Amino acid sequence: MTCCEHDAALGGRSIMRVLVTGLGTFWGSRLAQALEQFDDVEVIVGLDTNEPRLPLERTEFVRADSDYSILQRIVKATKVDTILHTHLLVDSTEHSNRRMHEVNVIGTMNLLAAAGAAGSTVRKLIVKSSTLVYGAGKRDPYFFREDMERTTPPHTEVERSLLETSAFVRDFAVDNPHVVVTKLRFSNALGDDITSPFARSLSLPIVPEILGFDPRLQFVHEDDITGALIFATRNDIPGVYNVAGRGTMPWSEICQVIGKRRLPLPPFFTNWAAEPLRMTRVVDLPPEVLDLLRYGRVVDTRAYRRAGFEYKYTTAATVNAFARSLRLESVVGDSNPSYRYERDVETFFRHSPAISREGNE
Amino acid sequence: MFPSGMPGHFDDPKSSNERASYERSQRVVEAIADESNVIDLGPRAEQSSAQSLVPMPPRRARELPDPEPPDREIRTGDVDPWGRSERVRSIARRMYDPLYRYWFRVQWEGIEHIPTESGALLVSNHAGAIPSDAPAIMHGIETQLGRPVYGLAEYLFRELPGLGTLWSRAGGVTAHPDNAYRLLKEDQQLVLVFPEGAKGTGKLYKDRYRLARFGRGGFVEIAMRAGVPIIPIAVVGAEESMPILFKSRRLANLLGIPYAPITANMLMFGPLGGLAYLPAKFRIRVLEPIHFTAEPDQERYSRARVMDASEMIRGRIQEALYDMLRTRRSTWW
Repeated sequence: MTCCEHDAALGGRSIMRVLVTGLGTFWGSRLAQALEQFDDVEVIVGLDTNEPRLPLERTEFVRADSDYSILQRIVKATKVDTILHTHLLVDSTEHSNRRMHEVNVIGTMNLLAAAGAAGSTVRKLIVKSSTLVYGAGKRDPYFFREDMERTTPPHTEVERSLLETSAFVRDFAVDNPHVVVTKLRFSNALGDDITSPFARSLSLPIVPEILGFDPRLQFVHEDDITGALIFATRNDIPGVYNVAGRGTMPWSEICQVIGKRRLPLPPFFTNWAAEPLRMTRVVDLPPEVLDLLRYGRVVDTRAYRRAGFEYKYTTAATVNAFARSLRLESVVGDSNPSYRYERDVETFFRHSPAISREGNE
Repeated sequence: MFPSGMPGHFDDPKSSNERASYERSQRVVEAIADESNVIDLGPRAEQSSAQSLVPMPPRRARELPDPEPPDREIRTGDVDPWGRSERVRSIARRMYDPLYRYWFRVQWEGIEHIPTESGALLVSNHAGAIPSDAPAIMHGIETQLGRPVYGLAEYLFRELPGLGTLWSRAGGVTAHPDNAYRLLKEDQQLVLVFPEGAKGTGKLYKDRYRLARFGRGGFVEIAMRAGVPIIPIAVVGAEESMPILFKSRRLANLLGIPYAPITANMLMFGPLGGLAYLPAKFRIRVLEPIHFTAEPDQERYSRARVMDASEMIRGRIQEALYDMLRTRRSTWW
């Protein structure tokens, strides 16, 4: 983007001060990287207990817990007007139940309390949630709209914690009508740089399936995830929106496009049958993923498109892009060497007068 | 918080927030009061279908159709967003065709009532322990009109391994009101529904051709909401293709299925014969389409109006069945 395009996109908007939670997650880092490209985003503060995953130019990283008093002080001192809450854990294979509760429920509660405290400068809140909140069951509608409820009670901690988080966000929106609250529910993510149970399953030489089931699924590309979050940051679009690539594909076809054979798991006692895979660390298929492999889940994505967001990838294109990156990886090995955060070096790059800040665009 | 009749003072910004949320909650209260009216409500203002974060009564936005992106160079299969595959369907048609032609010798009447392009809800009577009417109707329309028919059925199918996938690929869709609405209104498809459900297929031979209750009239409400006509269909022959002589409630409970029948077919050909149909002659009569004057896309429809329409449709199908039985010389020819 050139600076003239920036001005056009700005539309007379004032300078933004943004707080990104979960800077240590892949999303948080990607998002901060993208935000750095905008001239009118004056301040980017990133919170996390882990270090950023990607090199960042001018984002300030604060290693902080989701403790209420700390959050309140940070919000107050930095005078942020926009909070991007990307720190919701949705991959239950990587985090314990306890940690998911702690981060998703308690973390969100504290963050929203800090954002809604008296004298808060926050005018926009964007929450990155997941379509996991809809569950996956036999009584489900074939397309979940944003106003639809799940048909089965949640039976995993990740779903429970996300639902609880939803309630907090709703309460916050009711209590703070002057704040634009946008909640984005993202479908299963696929992309070069991310790991999810689906990405891991599809990377195996033989991909698991449940015998006799061929569910309809949707995927969203990692670029569209960042794009959708940026879009909500740049536009005032209050409400809940589903974000998933257009179109649907059955699991068998997804495996075909990726070029993998399928290993059938028995349709009965599937959770037990998945246990050996878990134990041998081949692949961890948590109950919410097994539900998806049985019944699938498709969401209606029209609302966010109507709000103006343009996707770069359809579901099929997302799968295809993932297939390409898998093929490349199988030849070259890991194509994305992981970045290591060095505090002193980063501080030097951000604050030293010796660093030329010209031509960074 | 706000005593009634006292608007309170809303000068400082904090309480102006409170006022906004109060006004919103007032609107909710009014809207709920509105809902309790049994009279048809006027068309509602359009609203984004994104769920409001502030509690509001749900409203259905008028949506434009959302066609599947082609992605032809990527996709290897032809499974549509509903799980139907034309490839699987055409194989199924080829396999079913001899049965349709030479076993049931299906004879149609009034098929011109079925639209060739727009959406319509096909409503039929349901019979046979393993219902033979659904495939016959779907096959006939698809071969004669060349357009797909989606059959609504119970959730039961979706949890059956293997069979459930086949059912879905062959055009089966679970009977969720939103599924039906989308198929009819947004995709303008033909949707086949059996309002009797398992009550129809599970009835004994002695009750043949006597229609069971038509559910709660949900199918009428969906057709009204989607703004499509209902086309009643009367089928004669399915009852005799697999008549139920006895039912075992205990066995049904044990197996967790809606009914456990002993059919005439089983008595004649043994337990495996339970899957073979008797060669009853099928006669299918398509009745005049019924158009509704009710405004589409309403939140709810008057119960009385829905039940009236539902009873009327049931009556017409029943009448047609009696008429067809009166003129039928033989069950088999």
